[in-house]
Amino acid sequence: MQPGIYHLLLISTALFFIGVYGFFTRRNLITMLMSIELILNSVNINFIAFNKYLWANKLDGVLFTIFIMAIAAAEAAVAIAIIINLYRSRQSIDVKHAEELKW
Amino acid sequence: MNLTLLIIAPLITAVTMLLMRNAQQVKWTSLVGSAIQLVLAFALLFVFQNERSAGNTEQMLFQQNYTWFSAWNIHFHVGVDGISVAMILLTAFVVIAGVLVSWNVQKMVKEFYLMLILLSIGAYGFFLSLDLFLLFFFLEIAVLPKFLLIGIWGSGEKEYSANKLALMLMGGSALVLVGLLGVYFAGSERTFDLLKLSRLPIPQETQRLLFPLLFAGFGVFTALFPFHTWVPDGHSSAPTAGSMFLAGISMKLGGYGCLRVATYILPEGAKEYSTIIIALAAIAILYGAFATMMQKDLKYINAYSSVSHCGFVLLGIGMLTKTAITGAVIQMVSHGLMTALFFAVIGMIYDRTHTRSVKKLGGLLKVMPFITTIFFIVGLCSLGLPGFSGFVAEMTVFMGSWERPEIPYRVATIAACMSIVVTAVYILRAIGQTAMGPVTEERYMTLKDASWNEKLAAVILITGIVVIGVAPFWLNDLVAPGAHHIIEKISQLNN
Amino acid sequence: MPNVIILVLIPFLPLASFLILGLFGKSIFRNTSGLAGTLSLFVSFLLSIYTSFGYFFEYGKANGIYQKLVPLKLSWLEFSNGLSIDMGIILDPISVMMIMVVTFISLMVHIYSLTYMKGEERFSTYYSYLSLFTFSMLGLVLSSNIFQIYIFWELVGVSSFLLIGFYYNKPSAVAASKKAFIVTRFADLGFLIGILVLSFYSGTLDFNTLIQRLTSPGSGELKTAVTTSFLGISALNWGLALVFMGGAGKSALFPLHIWLPDAMEGPTPVSALIHAATMVVAGVYLVARLFPVLALSAPEVLELITLVGVITALIAALIACTQTDIKRVLAYSTMSQIGFMMFALGVSGYGGSNGIGFTASMFHLFTHALFKALLFLGAGSVIHYVHSNEMKDMGGLKKHLPITHITFLIACLAIAGVPPFSGFFSKEGILLAAYEHNPAVFWLALATSGLTAYYMFRLYFRIFWYKASQQHKHHGEGGFAMMLPLILLAVGAAVAGFIPFGRFVSSDGSLLTLPFHWLFSIAPVTLGLLGIFSAMVLFKKENGKADQISSFMSRVYKLVYHKFYVDEIYLFITRKVLFSMVGRPAAWIDRNIIDGLVNLSGATTKAVSERIKVIQSGKVQHYGLYFLFGVIGLGVLLIYVIKF
Repeated sequence: MQPGIYHLLLISTALFFIGVYGFFTRRNLITMLMSIELILNSVNINFIAFNKYLWANKLDGVLFTIFIMAIAAAEAAVAIAIIINLYRSRQSIDVKHAEELKW
Repeated sequence: MNLTLLIIAPLITAVTMLLMRNAQQVKWTSLVGSAIQLVLAFALLFVFQNERSAGNTEQMLFQQNYTWFSAWNIHFHVGVDGISVAMILLTAFVVIAGVLVSWNVQKMVKEFYLMLILLSIGAYGFFLSLDLFLLFFFLEIAVLPKFLLIGIWGSGEKEYSANKLALMLMGGSALVLVGLLGVYFAGSERTFDLLKLSRLPIPQETQRLLFPLLFAGFGVFTALFPFHTWVPDGHSSAPTAGSMFLAGISMKLGGYGCLRVATYILPEGAKEYSTIIIALAAIAILYGAFATMMQKDLKYINAYSSVSHCGFVLLGIGMLTKTAITGAVIQMVSHGLMTALFFAVIGMIYDRTHTRSVKKLGGLLKVMPFITTIFFIVGLCSLGLPGFSGFVAEMTVFMGSWERPEIPYRVATIAACMSIVVTAVYILRAIGQTAMGPVTEERYMTLKDASWNEKLAAVILITGIVVIGVAPFWLNDLVAPGAHHIIEKISQLNN
Repeated sequence: MPNVIILVLIPFLPLASFLILGLFGKSIFRNTSGLAGTLSLFVSFLLSIYTSFGYFFEYGKANGIYQKLVPLKLSWLEFSNGLSIDMGIILDPISVMMIMVVTFISLMVHIYSLTYMKGEERFSTYYSYLSLFTFSMLGLVLSSNIFQIYIFWELVGVSSFLLIGFYYNKPSAVAASKKAFIVTRFADLGFLIGILVLSFYSGTLDFNTLIQRLTSPGSGELKTAVTTSFLGISALNWGLALVFMGGAGKSALFPLHIWLPDAMEGPTPVSALIHAATMVVAGVYLVARLFPVLALSAPEVLELITLVGVITALIAALIACTQTDIKRVLAYSTMSQIGFMMFALGVSGYGGSNGIGFTASMFHLFTHALFKALLFLGAGSVIHYVHSNEMKDMGGLKKHLPITHITFLIACLAIAGVPPFSGFFSKEGILLAAYEHNPAVFWLALATSGLTAYYMFRLYFRIFWYKASQQHKHHGEGGFAMMLPLILLAVGAAVAGFIPFGRFVSSDGSLLTLPFHWLFSIAPVTLGLLGIFSAMVLFKKENGKADQISSFMSRVYKLVYHKFYVDEIYLFITRKVLFSMVGRPAAWIDRNIIDGLVNLSGATTKAVSERIKVIQSGKVQHYGLYFLFGVIGLGVLLIYVIKF
């Protein structure tokens, strides 16, 4: 069986929900960051898949993927910086210990 | 005369003040600034009178009209009639007196004076504006400093009072804003121009809807019952000059707004609601007076009596006769001067004795004759003694009110008349207890009488009160044509 | 024609002296303020004599009838539709007579006070207040406009307040001054509403126009005023009765009299001037001013005035018999005599010989001013000597105070109505008018005049006889300045009765001769002598008979001694009803209900925000969840509901 767009979409959806699940259930900020990366990657797969199967003669989807990867890298850098600072101030990267910003 | 000068002069004062280095310089700058305001106000009066006696019968004199924001047809449009001139004079008197009595302020002097001057800018602008948006703009300018004056320099429960005052006044402004927008969209032309709006036909249904918004909104400022409860708290917590400005100027913003905006633009609405207005006013007059009788704190006494006295303003407006409206304006001027003086005296007493409780004071006439004599004078003015402005104002309101022969109007007038007795009761109780009788505490014996600045402030205000009281005809002649214009449309409706 | 400048100077000289003494009394006129005040008043007195001569003998009459001249009228405050408060001067017989009385008595009091108030710390303030009062009183009597009279009415009220409370560190004086002001103010409320009513129906505030419009039978104003009615009483009657209420308050008529006895807390010369001779007759003057309207258009109100006058006269005379403070006795006697003047007006008709009551009333006002001022100044001299107001500290003073004694006796004879002293003539006129109009009033008045003789001589014997002469060591009778007014007033009180008063003052300005019947005067004179005799029996020597009588009628005596408990009733109404049932609830409602609503709106906002703020938990994953559900919800909305 030739893998088609549906298979790819299936993978990306699974990846998306795994990411969502991870984001909501993990307490560790690094893991949550990784979950967000999974979500972003699922979007990337979607872009690639649609690009290949629907508009094979265009490059928009690929370009967007590269964009997203760049943003993800920047985001990871910022997020990790925040997390490190958080760890320095309270010796923990548990999300439970970072909820002062309320009310 | 260029009316913008009246706004620019305090503005320049404020800027100069920012450049000053020490407290002494700040004080003198603001004193000179407010003296210039007084001179300008008198100049305006004379120029205005000259113009009128030269036969210029135009409703608004010295108009200036510049486009400010053309997309919404907002103009910088200023102009004066007799009523505005009277109110500007009042403002100038109260400002200079307020500056003088604040001479001993220690905390953040520059900011304090800045707030006072800022408030005066708001008041002048408000009284000059002929564009509703501009008017609203200046109204807001006049509200803000009050919050800071009470919150920073106040005493007692100052945060509570400052919040309450600011929120209630802002609530009032919100109603005003809605009303103004309603008026803006109701006419056949999109304009904020007061004179144009007064000529545009606004459908009766719309008037019925918008009038209560505008009247109640401005009414909050002038202690319309039952929106008056900010008055006692606000006044009692405010610093002396704050109380003077609050009662002397900002409560008058409301009365002026009720008259100039609500009644003038929406005459049919005014006619429709006049019974409700006079009922509320009569309640405020009598109920305020009775509530005053039970107060123990001098500032509360004057604050509640302000509720009662401002009732006369609303009563006069609600009666919708030329005489009554003239009376209402005279009452605004008179009450402004009188209550400013009253608060000044209370401040002077408080600065020395550190109490405002009527029960703890006593026999002050022996200790500080000058201050107590002023206290007598202002008390007698408050209870409407002839020779002082209060009498003239109240009698004009009564005479104007009696022109309405319908039963509810008569009842309201008689109820208002009754307040002259109740007022006498509470004023004499306060005077009798604090000024007369034996000296209650030993420490009072060493207290000093008024200093030069306090004397000057008192003399300025008393001059105003007495001049109006002894020779009221000029003020009457000044105000009556303006009142005529305001009720012109209403009397056309009646015919 | 009258000289306007002179007329204006009459009230303005005292005003100038008030301002100057008030502002510079403590610095420039430290020692001379008394003299300065007296001097300005003396000039004012001379000018008023000049004016009255001019009026009565030169320009006042036209065709044998005294005219109401208005030589000066300036618009002061103009209302719309023709109403305007004018500052004017009216000259007619009663106003001219009043300026004479006011300036003369005031001058006497000024001279008297030079000694009496000497050494007082606020000597110059005292004189400035006296000047203020004189100015206001002169302004009052010269008013040509009903609102103008109201203005000066208030001003005399406040000068009375200031003078009663002159000894301001005495709590009783402060209380009395407040009471005087508030009670008269309450009456003035009636006056004010009355003015509003009258002005509304007559369309004018000017006295002459008002009287003319409301008396001419055909005028439209009168018709509407009579036909419009409220609670079954015509508007005109309402207006006049309310105006009379003002007069009743100022003139201390029952039931608005309670302030006058307390007002005796003021310095005694002040009591002589304000609370005996001049201010308290302002009510009488007001009724006399509006007399044509009352007599011609509102006889019902005149009936009311008669009733109030007679009740006051009788009640006050009864109370006077029991009081022990000599100034209070005199205060009640003043009330009683004002009652006489009032009902004399009430029983009078208008015009010609019908107007006996009017003339007699004014005559009595005139003579009363003289002898009552004399009595008060005499009492002042006694008080000055013994330093007490109470009868128990007095007795046997005739040796020590010879001049006071003689002058006091003359005054007592005058007030008791013994011929040929002045009071006899005026009281005869009143009784005659009452007799012709209403017998019931006459008999009550007759009884009252007997009582008058009794209580006055009770006072006289109690002060000057009663005990054997005691040796008071301190000082003599007071100087020349105190004796001169006594002597001058005594001469006046003795001979003023021979003035042909009807030739000067009558209800319509025409000449009138007060009728006089020997036979008619027998009854009052006999009764008066009887009163004097019984007082002599009881009080010439200390004999305890009086106490026996009072304990014999102890119930009645107590009732009268406590002034029929009117004060207590008032106290009940003000304290219990007004303060506790109106004032306190009003204050409570304001703090708790109305302000409560304001605070409640604040509290509600706060409570709601307390509830909803938990959504903002600070937990990132919660936010994420809301976001997710939000996106899903939005998606569902777009795809299935709106079908985008």
